Amino acid sequence: MIEAEGLTKFYGSMAAIRDVTFRIDQGEVVGFLGPNGAGKSTTIRILTCYMPPTAGSAKIDGLDCFEKSLEVRNRIGYLPESVPLYSEMSVDRFLAFAAEAKGVEARKRRKEVARVVDICGLEKVSHRIIGHLSKGFRQRVGLAQALVNNPPILILDEPTIGLDPGQIIEIRHLILNLREKHTILLSSHILPEVAQICQRVMIINKGQIVATDSPANLTSRLQKSALVVIEVRGSSDDLASCLKQLDGVQNVTSDNDNHNRMMVETDRSRDLRPEIARLVVAKGVDLLELKPVDLSLEDIFMQLVTEETTQEESET
Amino acid sequence: MKGFWAVYRRELYGMFASPVMYVVAFTFLVISGYFFYSAMAYYNLLSFQAGQNPFMAKQFSVSEMVLRPFFLDLSIVLLLMAPLLTMRLFAEERKTGTLELLFTYPISDRASVLAKFTAVVSTFLLILVGTLPGIVFLHYLTSPSWQPILCGYLGVFLLGSAFLSLGIFTSSLTQNQIVAAVLSFGTLLMFWVIGWTKNLVGPQLGEIIEYISFTRHLDTFAKGVLDSRDLIYYLVFIVFFLFLTLRQMGSYRWRG
Repeated sequence: MIEAEGLTKFYGSMAAIRDVTFRIDQGEVVGFLGPNGAGKSTTIRILTCYMPPTAGSAKIDGLDCFEKSLEVRNRIGYLPESVPLYSEMSVDRFLAFAAEAKGVEARKRRKEVARVVDICGLEKVSHRIIGHLSKGFRQRVGLAQALVNNPPILILDEPTIGLDPGQIIEIRHLILNLREKHTILLSSHILPEVAQICQRVMIINKGQIVATDSPANLTSRLQKSALVVIEVRGSSDDLASCLKQLDGVQNVTSDNDNHNRMMVETDRSRDLRPEIARLVVAKGVDLLELKPVDLSLEDIFMQLVTEETTQEESET
Repeated sequence: MKGFWAVYRRELYGMFASPVMYVVAFTFLVISGYFFYSAMAYYNLLSFQAGQNPFMAKQFSVSEMVLRPFFLDLSIVLLLMAPLLTMRLFAEERKTGTLELLFTYPISDRASVLAKFTAVVSTFLLILVGTLPGIVFLHYLTSPSWQPILCGYLGVFLLGSAFLSLGIFTSSLTQNQIVAAVLSFGTLLMFWVIGWTKNLVGPQLGEIIEYISFTRHLDTFAKGVLDSRDLIYYLVFIVFFLFLTLRQMGSYRWRG
């Protein structure tokens, strides 16, 4: 349904995303997770035909986003991150405009507007001017305009950002209800949101996709332990067992090809690198290398998890 | 031209929902009314004198003494007002981010530029209709021939549309409405006054400069002369700036 291949976008000489490749099948709900400035919005803007990529191609339903732009846009409902709305219009009128712009026939327009107003729970405010609405309602209007003309694909850029906890929950429920009828790509920088709603998560950092998996797998894979690789010179037979006795070390395995190279599995809650280094040196062995494995992904993950906890706390 | 009417109607709505349009229309009509009155009053004064001087009375003409100065005056008021009508068209959408909606709805860029232009021209036409009571009044008093009147209005309309097409372009350059208005006012004024240098730059270049300048083209219309050169001048001017706006939209997309 959505295919991105080698997407690269430069702003001037700065690359916002580099070689982003992924595939989303029909009916999937995929979360696009990454810290702020990782390139989520850029990728989304390419998919929604807001701007063309510098290199690579994006296809929706097999149609190229750049070459068949209008047809692609017909198939996508898009909620931009800043939720831009014509604030001088009333909700009704704005949605009618969206329907007309998306090519809904004149006689079906009223019905279509009523449908999305109903889905998004906007009945009470449908005659009010958008500029006078609260942030939560504006967000719903944004979602409503994306739903107009019932597009098969929904792309939502940070749909809950800037809302209060109650509103966040409402919007999540709304999105959960949309899962059955639409393929959804949802970006966020908060893990629990994605974990609740999505079957699959893509983590993007510094313009590149670093992991794709289900939220549960990702969590179990990463939260259990952290890996540290050390390389030493000189032999000390009991080094491995001594390392194992360190508080917080769960397991030590040595590399098959190179016995001087060891993987130390440590408790995630503490950084054990200084202690490992001290121990190795105390054993009278030269320490050549000591580095955490796959730190970028873990770092991002930690960041997302910490943001999650603060978010959760504020919700409760 | 998918989405043309949607954008056109939304744009008209936006235009009429903002106070700027009303203030511009009010000011335009008051000032043009004043110009019309003063032209009429002057005509009136002279016609009393002409009553005693049959030779002078022969050269009297309403279109020459009332309509021609009236249309020329209108164009000056337009010069000041047109940038205010167009400044918000793209600048506001860029500022509030709604351009992102417009860019991701299935509407071609060409349709949205054209729809915005048509909407602002329609508004301008409506304001122009506000000056008609003066003409009706004139008709009641003197029964002037209607061809020069139509021709003058056509001239003012084309000139106004040209102003608006330039304004829409400057509006697409920035997200600040004031910058857009000042840019378009400055450029319009430049087109206005550039003709004054025609005697200083040599005959060939002078000819070109005079052709580029607004003033001469408007005057032929105001005199009641319909010349294809002037028609083409305005049409080319309008198409050129709409085309530039379209290019600017494309460039804005690429830059992101």
